[in-house]
Amino acid sequence: MNAPLIEGLYREGEPIADSAAPDVPIDRMWTQRQFDAKLVNPANRRKLDVIIVGTGLAGASAGATLGEAGYNVKSFCYQDSPRRAHSIAAQGGINAAKNYKGDGDSIYRLFYDTTKGGDYRSRESNTYRLAEVSADIIDQCVAQGVPFAREYGGLLDNRSFGGVQVSRTFYARGQTGQQLLIGAYQALERQIGAGTVKMYSRHEMLELIVIDDGAGPRARGIIARDMVTGEIETHLADAVVLASGGYGNVYFLSTNAMGCNVTASWRAHRKGAYFANPCYTQIHPTCIPVSGDHQSKLTLMSESLRNDGRIWVPKRIEDCEKDPREIPTEDRDYYLERLYPAFGNLVPRDIASRQAKNMCDEGRGVGPKVGDFRRGVYLDFRDAIERLGEDAVRNKYGNLFDMYKQITGEDPYQVPMRIYPAVHYTMGGLWVDYDLQSSIPGLFVTGEANFSDHGANRLGASALMQGLADGYFVLPNTIRNYLADGPYEPIDPTHPAVIEAQDSVESRIQMLLGISGERSVDSFHKELGHIMWEYCGMERTEEGLRKAIDLIRSLREEFWRNVRVLGSADTLNQSLEKAGRVADFLELGELMCIDALHRRESCGGHFRAESQTEDGEALRNDDEFLYVGGWEWGGEGESPVLHKETLSYKFIELKQRSYK
Amino acid sequence: MNLTLKIWRQSGPSDKGGMATYPIEGVSDDMSFLEMLDVLNEGLIAEGEEPVAFDSDCREGICGTCGVMINGEAHGPERTTTCQLHMRSFRDGDEIVIEPWRADAFPVIKDLVVDRGAFDRIIQSGGYISANTGSAPDAHATPVPKDQADRAFMAAECISCGACVAACPNGSASLFMGAKITHLGEFPQGQPERDARVQSMSAQHDAEGFGGCTNLGECTRACPKGIPLNVISQMNGDLLRSLRHGR
Repeated sequence: MNAPLIEGLYREGEPIADSAAPDVPIDRMWTQRQFDAKLVNPANRRKLDVIIVGTGLAGASAGATLGEAGYNVKSFCYQDSPRRAHSIAAQGGINAAKNYKGDGDSIYRLFYDTTKGGDYRSRESNTYRLAEVSADIIDQCVAQGVPFAREYGGLLDNRSFGGVQVSRTFYARGQTGQQLLIGAYQALERQIGAGTVKMYSRHEMLELIVIDDGAGPRARGIIARDMVTGEIETHLADAVVLASGGYGNVYFLSTNAMGCNVTASWRAHRKGAYFANPCYTQIHPTCIPVSGDHQSKLTLMSESLRNDGRIWVPKRIEDCEKDPREIPTEDRDYYLERLYPAFGNLVPRDIASRQAKNMCDEGRGVGPKVGDFRRGVYLDFRDAIERLGEDAVRNKYGNLFDMYKQITGEDPYQVPMRIYPAVHYTMGGLWVDYDLQSSIPGLFVTGEANFSDHGANRLGASALMQGLADGYFVLPNTIRNYLADGPYEPIDPTHPAVIEAQDSVESRIQMLLGISGERSVDSFHKELGHIMWEYCGMERTEEGLRKAIDLIRSLREEFWRNVRVLGSADTLNQSLEKAGRVADFLELGELMCIDALHRRESCGGHFRAESQTEDGEALRNDDEFLYVGGWEWGGEGESPVLHKETLSYKFIELKQRSYK
Repeated sequence: MNLTLKIWRQSGPSDKGGMATYPIEGVSDDMSFLEMLDVLNEGLIAEGEEPVAFDSDCREGICGTCGVMINGEAHGPERTTTCQLHMRSFRDGDEIVIEPWRADAFPVIKDLVVDRGAFDRIIQSGGYISANTGSAPDAHATPVPKDQADRAFMAAECISCGACVAACPNGSASLFMGAKITHLGEFPQGQPERDARVQSMSAQHDAEGFGGCTNLGECTRACPKGIPLNVISQMNGDLLRSLRHGR
C-alpha cells in the first residue's frame, strides 16, 4: 500500500460502489432485482450448502426461509437455543407501512422518515426496499401466530414511536422482539425437524475460511468452537451468511445481552470484509440509570413509554434532591416539549439522548450522584394516569413498570421513573452491496451486523423490521443469484487455507490460556468500555479521540501480556470465551475511534463538539462527508485503509434535520 | 452485607460433583443475583480458582437463559428470573444454597449450567404453525377476537427457562408444553395442525424423559412469567379431542 498515511492513522484506498442495485427508479428497483437475480432449480438447491451464523431475527428468518426453499442450511448460535438470541429483548415494536390507521402513511413516508431519522447517511436503495417489504413482514408473522396487540374488533392495533408522526408500529405489549423471534424460531425449528436445517447451538464462529479457487477469493466456510466440548470444527459451504448482531458491548455497559460480541464480523473483517461506519453507535434515551460499580449491563425501558410519559427535570438545581411529587408543575422543565414543540417527547433517539445529557451536565439531573453528576431525568406518568386511569396505563405498559420496580425497588405508578441514555444499537457493521453481499464474494451479512439501512441513527421499531426484511425477503432473493453459479468447487478439508484457519484459532486459544497474567478478562473489558464511553460516546472531540486511541493501544498491549484465563480449552470455559471476544473488541474500539476522528461532522448518534449550530444542535457537513466509510483491514500492526462509497440522494432532498 | 454461598461445583457431565462453600463480603442491595455471582467469580479468579460457570445472557428477564435453584426454589424466593432477583431479597449473614436445575431431562454440563435442548426438540416436533415465507394473506384478512388474542399472548409469554420442570417433583414439562399449545391453539391460523400438534409434542415430551403431570401446581408457582395452570387443562383437553377425532 503506497498511499500516504493520513493523520498518522489511516490510508485512503479506491472508492467503492454498490454495484448490485439496478439503475431504475427507486420504486421499481427491488422488483427488477428479483427478476434479474438468477434462479436455482428446486432439484439443485439441495446440492447447495449455506452457513448462517446467528439466530436472531435476521438469522432465524433466513435459516427458515432458505431451509423451506430446499437449500442445505447449517445454522450456528452461541446460546443454548436459537430462541435466546438478543432480538428477544426488543420491547417496543416493528414498523410497517400498512396505513391501517389511515393517517397518511405510505411506503414513501416510511422511507422518508427512516432516511431523515438516519441523518441522511444511509443508502437510499436499501432503505426504500426496507419500507417496501415492511408490510409483508406483518402478514408473515400473523400467519405464524405472532400475538400482536389487537383492537376489540379483532384487527391489529398500532402505536407511534419516536421521530414519527403516524401510528405505524405493530406491537405485542412490551415484548414485541420476543414474540417475533419466537415466530422465526418456531419456523426454524420446523425446518430443523424437517431436516433442511442443521442446528449447532453453543457454537461460536472463530474464523472465516476464504479460498481462492482461481476465480478470486470467496468465503467458503467457518471455523467454530463447540463451547461444551471445546472441539474446533471446520464447516465448509457454498456461501456464508453472518447474522451475528451488533457490537455495542465494546462499551461493556450497554443494553446488549452479555454474550453479544463482534467476533464473527471482526474475523471476517480481518479476512478482507470492509467494516463500514464503525463509529455510528446509537445511544438510547430511555434506560434505567447506572446504580453502581458492580453493574453488568443496562436495562432499556421501551421508547413507547414516551407516547404517554412526559420527560422533565426541575427548573432549579436546588430542587433536584426533592421528592419529585413535591415539585409543582410550574417548577418543572418539560424540556423536550419546550425545545421541540412539534415532536415533543417523541423526538428521535439521538436528540432525546443528547438533551438528557445536556440537562444533567447543567446540573439539573436527578437521582443518586454517579461521580460528580446526577445522571437521570424523570419520565413521568402522572398526567397519563390522571387522563387514562391507572388500569389503562397498566394495560399498555404493565410489564415495563414491573421490570422497573424489580430493578430499582421504586414503584413507577407512585414516583416518576428515572431514565438516562445508554448504548443500545450499532448502525455500523460490515459493508454490503444491495444484495447484502460483503466485499468478500460469497459472504453475505444481514440484520444489525451489516451497515446498510439506518444511516447514522436508527428510528425506533426499525431494527426488528430490518432483521426480518433481510431474513425473510431480501437475502433469500439475492443469495440465489450467487448460488445459481454453484455448487462451487468442493474444498478439501486439508486445503492450506483451511489448515491455516484452524491453526490460527487453536494457537490463539493456547496463547490466551498461556499468558497467566494478573488481571481478569472483565477488568480489561470494563476499562475498554470506560474509554469508549468517555471519548467515543454521545459527545466526541478531536482531542478526546486521539487520547482514546493511545489508551486503547496500551490497554491492548497489556491484555496480551497480563490477562488471566483459567481452566482448559477442552471444556465449557466462559472466561476463555470472553477473552477471545474482548481481544476483538480491543481492536474494533481503535477502529471506531479512528472512524469517529476522521468524520469531522455531527450526525445521528455521533455528536462532534466541534461541529454544532449556534443553538447547540448537531451540524452535518454534506459537502465533505456524504459517504459511507468502508474500512479495510490493513494487516497486523498496519494502518487501516478507508474506501468511500459516495451517497447520492436522488429521491429525497437533503435537508438539515429539524424537529422544532 | 456478608453472605455464605454453598454452590454446586461439577467440572463436567461425567464428574460426580459436590457442594463448595464460599464466603462473600460487601454485597449491596442493588446488585442482581447474577451480579453477586460475577463479584464472587472475580474474587475466585484473583485467587487462581476457576470461576463458577452459570448461564445468563440478556439479564433483562426475557431471554430465559438464566436459572438456578436458590435455597431449593427455582429462581429463588421471588417470582422472577434469576437475573431479575436482587440482593435486597436477602439479609446480612444469610446462607444461600445454589444448585443447577433439577431434572433428568436437563443434564448438567458444568457447575450450574444445564442442557435444555429437549425443549427445542419438543418445539421441532410440532410447536409451530406451518406458514411458508412469502405466501401469507393480508394480516387483516383474519380478525381474531381480542379475548382470544389476549389469551394467546398470555401463553406466548413463556420464556422456556425451565423453572417449571425444575420445580416439578415429577420433572414434567407440561406447563411449558401447555403454554405453546394454548398460544397456537387460540388462533384461527393454528387450527389445521391442532390435533397433530398436541399428539406429536406429547410424544416427544415423554421420549425426552420428562415426567407426567399430577397437577401439583409447583410449576405455575415457580413460573417467572405467571403462566397459569389452565394451559395444562387446555393441553389435556386438546389431547382428548384429538383422540376422539381418531388422529
